[in-house]
Amino acid sequence: MYTLVNCIATSMETIIREGSPKTPFVRLDGEKGVVEIKGRSIPENSVEFYKPIIDWLEKFGDSPSDETNVNIQLEYFNTSSSKCILDIFKRLELIHKKGHPVEINWYYEEDDEDMFEAGEDYQSIINIPFKMIEMEE
Amino acid sequence: MAFELKNWYLEKKQGDVILEYNGSITPEVIAEALESIEKSLNLKNEKNRVRKKVYNVFIESLQNLYHHVDYPPVSAQVEQSPRFGIIILSKDGTFYRISTGNFVKKEKLNYIKDRIDQVNSLSDEEVRMLYRDILNNDEYSDKGGGGLGMLDIVRKTGNKLEYYFYQFDDEYIFFSLDVYIS
Repeated sequence: MYTLVNCIATSMETIIREGSPKTPFVRLDGEKGVVEIKGRSIPENSVEFYKPIIDWLEKFGDSPSDETNVNIQLEYFNTSSSKCILDIFKRLELIHKKGHPVEINWYYEEDDEDMFEAGEDYQSIINIPFKMIEMEE
Repeated sequence: MAFELKNWYLEKKQGDVILEYNGSITPEVIAEALESIEKSLNLKNEKNRVRKKVYNVFIESLQNLYHHVDYPPVSAQVEQSPRFGIIILSKDGTFYRISTGNFVKKEKLNYIKDRIDQVNSLSDEEVRMLYRDILNNDEYSDKGGGGLGMLDIVRKTGNKLEYYFYQFDDEYIFFSLDVYIS
């Protein structure tokens, strides 16, 4: 019995992926309720890269933490990643709608209008509070 | 006059050439090309805003090629490799120019032309709205990009796409595309 309980309690594994020249650093921490994506996202096959993240979020949605903090700090991303990032937000939106608040922190460098606008794009589609955070160079 | 790749090169290489590549466009080539332009002093000295735009549009242009190009015609005086494409990044005066070139079968001409003409006909605000629509339409193309590539380039550069189709032979067209970033 103990083993089973233990197994349930730890079933939401933490995923950490180091960044690479084409893919971002990713940290998914179910216990603390943290989702972090940092760096650049320009893989040729974005669907393949993001699938484990989407799968994790789906599982996380079954028993989310009280609050979830999402930090997106991208240098730049390609159009094939843009749809995958939207998918991530859609999963998070479901969690938010179920009464487990989600907050998205969207970081951009101070003169980076493209990254600011990209944040606005997602904000216009997704019903989760976005915090736009400007970073100094 | 028959199409001469040499002359096309000469035209696109005006200014300081930061990177020039022709051959098979593979994920490895794309990674190396990016690494190489990141070392460019021209770009290092740029404002963040411009530098990132150049990286972004450069990657999008290369990945556009990667997803769409094919073998060149056998009679073309180029490397006979799958996914054959050409990319040239140069700084010409106050702007950066990214030129791509590739061979396409004649029957694809109208499709490409219509697509570019459509994107070019839109105002900045229309580009932004269409981008959001496509982003949110749930469809992935088999290439993964979902048709956002050209739109993204126009949006980021704020400039129209300049294209030329050169008749190569009865079967093939050489498709040349220039984008400018300033």
